[in-house]
Amino acid sequence: MSLDVKSNGTVKLEDLPPLHNSSPDRRTGPAAPPPRRGRPRVGGYLMLLLAVAVMLLPLVWMLLASFKQRDEIYTVPIQWLPESFALSNYVGALAAVPFGNFFINSLITTMVGATLKIALGLTTAYAVVFLEFPFKKFIFGLVVFALLVPQQIVIIPNYTLVSDLGWINTYQGLILPGLASAFGTFLFRQHFLTLPISILEAAALDGASHWTRLWRFVVPISAPTIAAVALVSIVSEWNEYLWPLLVVDKAEMMTLPVGLTLLQNNDGVTNWGVLMAGTVLITVPVLVAFFLLQRRIVTGLTSGAVTG
Amino acid sequence: MAQLAITAGGAGPAHRDGPSRADEAPVPQRKRRTPWKSWLLFLAFAGPNVALLVIFTYKPLLQSLQYSLLQWNIGSATARFVGLDNYTGWFTDPATANVVRVTVIFTVATVAGGMVLGLSLALLLNRKLRGTGLARTMVVAPYVLSGVAVGLLWLFVFDPNFGVLGAVLKGIGLGSPDWYNDPAWALPMIIVVYLWKNVGYVALIYLAALQAVPRDLVEAATLDGAGPFASFRNVVLPLLGPTTFFLSVTTLLSSLQSFDIIQAMTKGGPLQGTTTMMYQIYQEGFATGRAGYSSAIATVLFVVLLVITAVQMLFIQKKVHY
Repeated sequence: MSLDVKSNGTVKLEDLPPLHNSSPDRRTGPAAPPPRRGRPRVGGYLMLLLAVAVMLLPLVWMLLASFKQRDEIYTVPIQWLPESFALSNYVGALAAVPFGNFFINSLITTMVGATLKIALGLTTAYAVVFLEFPFKKFIFGLVVFALLVPQQIVIIPNYTLVSDLGWINTYQGLILPGLASAFGTFLFRQHFLTLPISILEAAALDGASHWTRLWRFVVPISAPTIAAVALVSIVSEWNEYLWPLLVVDKAEMMTLPVGLTLLQNNDGVTNWGVLMAGTVLITVPVLVAFFLLQRRIVTGLTSGAVTG
Repeated sequence: MAQLAITAGGAGPAHRDGPSRADEAPVPQRKRRTPWKSWLLFLAFAGPNVALLVIFTYKPLLQSLQYSLLQWNIGSATARFVGLDNYTGWFTDPATANVVRVTVIFTVATVAGGMVLGLSLALLLNRKLRGTGLARTMVVAPYVLSGVAVGLLWLFVFDPNFGVLGAVLKGIGLGSPDWYNDPAWALPMIIVVYLWKNVGYVALIYLAALQAVPRDLVEAATLDGAGPFASFRNVVLPLLGPTTFFLSVTTLLSSLQSFDIIQAMTKGGPLQGTTTMMYQIYQEGFATGRAGYSSAIATVLFVVLLVITAVQMLFIQKKVHY
C-alpha cells in the first residue's frame, strides 16, 4: 500500500498495472536500503512520525467526535474517547438533512460530468493529433488557454445564463458549465503523440472509421492514462463547491459539499457531534477510494507536472 | 502551463517525434478524402468541446468585462452604464487595502509555506526509511478531500474551548487564541488549514522530481567531499528548478482562487479579516448582489493572474535552460 511514484520520476503510465490489479510491490526497485549510521535515522523516524501525526490527528479527532454525546464534547478539559460508539449523531445528521439526496446528486453529477469530460477530452485530442483542419493549432491553443481562465472569474455571466435558461436546481445547470475538457485534452494529446502509428494504419487498412479507430484501438491502449485522468476528474467533481453552491438552492438538489454546510449552525452554537458525523460521511468514502486507488490517483496528479 | 515541459529525468515519452507526426497521421494507404470532409470530421470530434469552452469560458470572460462597466444588481432587469466607476470605486474604497493585504498574506504564506513544507516532506519521504510508503499516503490524503469538509473538521480542531488544539496549547502552558473572532488569528487559521490540505500535492510532485535526480550525480558530489547539505544545495536543488517553477505557477493560481475553506470556516470574517479578492468577488456578486462591481474585481484578479503567469513563463524561458 505505498504511494508508488516511479523511481525514474517520469511516471510512465503504460508501465502501471491495470486497475484493481493487486500488483507486486514495486518499491523493491533500487535495491534494499544499505544499513546507515544510526543517528540520522532516529531523527528521520521522529520527523516521519510527526508528519503522520499532524496529518492524521485532525481526521481522528473528527471521527471520535462523531461518536460523542453533547456532554462529552462540551467539556473542559477535553475528553478524547467517546463513552460508546453510538451512532446517534449519524442518525441525527441523516434526519436533519436529506443526505441520501446529496449522495445521489453528487454521484450523478460526478459520474455524468467526469464521463462526458473524458469523452470530450479524448475526441478533441484525437482530432488534434490524427485529423486535418486548417486552424488546428489555433483550436488547440484555444482549448489550452482556457486553463488560465479560472471558472471563478466567470461565475456571474454563467450564473446569469444558467438562470435565464431556467436551469437553477437542475443537473444540466450543475454539470454543463464546467464540462469542457482543457487539461484532459492536453494530457491525452501528449499521450496520443507517443502511440505506435502502425496499429492505427492496420486499423485503417481494415476500413475502420476514425470513430472506430478512436474507441476500439486508441482508447484500449491508452487505458492507464485515461484511468489516471478520470480519477483526478472524479475527485475534483466530487469536491466541487462554489458552482453547486450558486446554482442550487433546494435541499433535494444539493450535492454533498453544499448539503453538508446545512448542518452548520449559524447562530453561533454548532452541534459538533452531528456536524462531524456528516463530515465523516462525506470524507470517509473518498479516503477509502483513495487508499484503494492511490497508485492511479497519484499518477494522475503527477502526470500533469511531469508531462505538462 | 502548457509549455512547462518538465521532464527532469531524461526525455519524457511524450516528445518522441514531436507534432510533425500528427500531420502525416491520416493514413496514406487510404484514398485521400476531399479536405472539407475531413474538416467536418474534425469539427464533429473537437466541436462540442470547443463550443462548451466558447459558451462557458470565453463568452462569459468578455461578458464579465462588459458587466464591469455597468451598475447592475444580479437578477435585476435594468443596468446603467457607468464607465470605469466600478474600477475607480474599488481602487479608492478604504476596504480594498485590507482585501489586498489579506490576499497577499494568504497567497504568499500558502505558496511559500507550501513549497518549503512540501520540499521538506519530499526529502523526508525520499529517505530510505521504513513506513515512508504509508506516510506518503497520509500526507497526500487530505488533498483529495472536499475543501468544505476539511474546513469544517478543522473548525472543531480550532474551537477555543472544546477543540483539540486549545487542549494541546494549554498542555504546553499557552492559552488558546480566539481563532474565530480575532481577525489577527483567523487568517493564520485558514492558512494552516489550506496548507494541511494542499501540502501533500507539492510534496508528491517534488518527490517525483527527487526520484528523477540521477544517483551518480549525488554520489560524485559525495566523493568530492560534499556533505549531505552541500550536495543538496549545489546538486539537487538546481535540478529541482523546473519543478519549482511549475509548482510556483500552479500553487499560486490555485491559492488565489481558493474559496471552499474560507466559506466553510470564516465566511470572510471576522471584520473582513479573511476576505481575499476571490472571496470578495463572491460576496459582492451574490451576497450584496452588486454584479457590476464584482465583475470589475474579477477582471482585476484575472489581469493579475495573467500578468503573474506571463512573468513566470518569461522567467522560465530565460532561466530554466541550464
